[in-house]
Amino acid sequence: MPAAGAGGAVRRLAWRLRLVFLFAALAALPYLLSYSQQEIAVLLVINVLLVSSYRLLTLTGEWSLGHVVIMGVGAYASALLAKQLGVPVPLSTLLGGGAAAAVAAILSFPLFRMKGFYFLIGSFAAGEIIRLIWKRFTDPFGGPKGLKRIDPFPDIEAGFLSIDFYEPVNYYFLALVVVSASLFVLYRIERSRIGLTFHAIHWQDRLAESVGVDTFRYRTLAFVIASFFAGIAGGLYAHYVGAVNPTRFSVDQMVYVLVWAVVGGTATFHGPILGVVALTVVNEIVLRALGLDTVRPLIYGAILILSVLYLPNGLESLGTRLRARLQHWRGGPAATGSEPA
Amino acid sequence: MDLLWQTAVNATYAASYMALIAVGLVMIFGVMGVINFAHGELYMVGAYCVVFLYAQENFPFLLAVAAGLVFVGIVGIVMERTMFRPLRDNPLGGLIASIGFLLILQTLAVLGFGRRMGHVPPATQDKAEIFGAVLTHQRLFVILAAILLLAALWTFLRRSKFGRALRACAQDAEAASLQGISMNQTARIAMFIGAALAGVAGALTAPLVSPTPYIGHSIIVTAFIIIIVGGVGSLEGAVIAAVLYAFVHTFVTTFFDGVIANIVGLALMFAVLVVRPTGLFGARERA
Repeated sequence: MPAAGAGGAVRRLAWRLRLVFLFAALAALPYLLSYSQQEIAVLLVINVLLVSSYRLLTLTGEWSLGHVVIMGVGAYASALLAKQLGVPVPLSTLLGGGAAAAVAAILSFPLFRMKGFYFLIGSFAAGEIIRLIWKRFTDPFGGPKGLKRIDPFPDIEAGFLSIDFYEPVNYYFLALVVVSASLFVLYRIERSRIGLTFHAIHWQDRLAESVGVDTFRYRTLAFVIASFFAGIAGGLYAHYVGAVNPTRFSVDQMVYVLVWAVVGGTATFHGPILGVVALTVVNEIVLRALGLDTVRPLIYGAILILSVLYLPNGLESLGTRLRARLQHWRGGPAATGSEPA
Repeated sequence: MDLLWQTAVNATYAASYMALIAVGLVMIFGVMGVINFAHGELYMVGAYCVVFLYAQENFPFLLAVAAGLVFVGIVGIVMERTMFRPLRDNPLGGLIASIGFLLILQTLAVLGFGRRMGHVPPATQDKAEIFGAVLTHQRLFVILAAILLLAALWTFLRRSKFGRALRACAQDAEAASLQGISMNQTARIAMFIGAALAGVAGALTAPLVSPTPYIGHSIIVTAFIIIIVGGVGSLEGAVIAAVLYAFVHTFVTTFFDGVIANIVGLALMFAVLVVRPTGLFGARERA
């Protein structure tokens, strides 16, 4: 970027430093947590991938209610491949992502005939049908009880190095690596020409069509990519927890993904990540410490309503607002009277 | 033959309470343009009104049903005032806020009544026989109440001034407000009626379904299927689709099983979405 000049280089350096600090903090994190908190941290990392992949889909302006079921497709596929066919787990997770992407590609034909509210309901219906198929057909899906004793991630034994992935700390690092790599890919996609086209379809679909963009193909592409990464998240989940069942991927779980994305704010890449981290910390640490297990959904519901009403652009807009206010303060006493409500 | 006829009678009962729920959901969508995801929980609250007043406090059944209708209607007004009115220009926000409200209602029901099924004794043990098919008076009562309420609603919407204002708002909110119709007032009435219909359906069926705090989930799925099949903006379509869906679902449940029936219902909705997104009876295009 010639126009940015030295300022751009400094900013890029600051950005890289921040990333280094972030990863250092993430690497130190599990050693500050209790065993059960480490387990939560693993699930949190997996959920970060789930909600970030969901954001890619929302870039085109469509909100799906089937994303968690798509994650389940990855989980079931990876578990079955490992259990029944003996596919090694890292490969099965990748293939699980592929299966999720394939299901999404098939579903896109009926689903992208719909838009807006109809797409929302249509994706919900498609997801429920898949879920009921898992529930109804015991062979091979295990029926309502689901699949149990799913093969874990294989231990690494290489001379002095031996890593047991039953340990949450080790699985945390594994998930962190997979999720960071996936986030990097998602980020690059969003910043690429394809990502810009997604934005164009969201805000100006007629205009995009008129300049020759095949909106159906780009919507499908966003859906397939998002589903691939949701499927990877599903595989990570299945081989960590060791069991999957239809209830785990019900619409209730989808509601949580929606909450994370909306509370965090979908306008930026980091918004939904902020949402899932903030709400998981509130949910698992603060509310659990207070012993308020039963009222947790109530508080979640209240947070959801309040954030839609008062923070329509999500938590990430809070930073922007604070910064604006700070600058306003620095602007001197003359400006204090005109504070916008 | 007997089984067929009996199943048809059962389906008629299912159709009547499903119609009440779906018509309420369509009213709310029609006037406010928001999909009320908490509609199933409004049904649940209505059912728990009967659990509390009739099964626990021994008030007469009819009084408990009436209280359920009014109470859930008021809950609807609260939803309109606190969520849907500030979010009027943001349909997705309204939907998400209603999901938040759903979680709150569920938790309150768990806190008040526990997670387990609430048991409600039937208000009457009598049963009628119609050409060999058995119909308990409890179910007959639901059918009659549904016909009565829907007829009353239809008359209200066609004949009264409020009804005309309501339909005007549903057709074109801006033009209606230019004519001096208060959007807030109309939305409040629509929300009261829509919620009260779900509440009364829950109250009436409480002795027949053994309510749990999580019963709303299956209700909202059913209601979505019905309003999509019937056409999202159409009240008449919702009633016809409720009858159609109730017959398909009841027959498939009787002759196959419940899960297959749910899959068939969802597939029916999916097919309608693909082939004719405006629904079988919805004439208007709605985005």
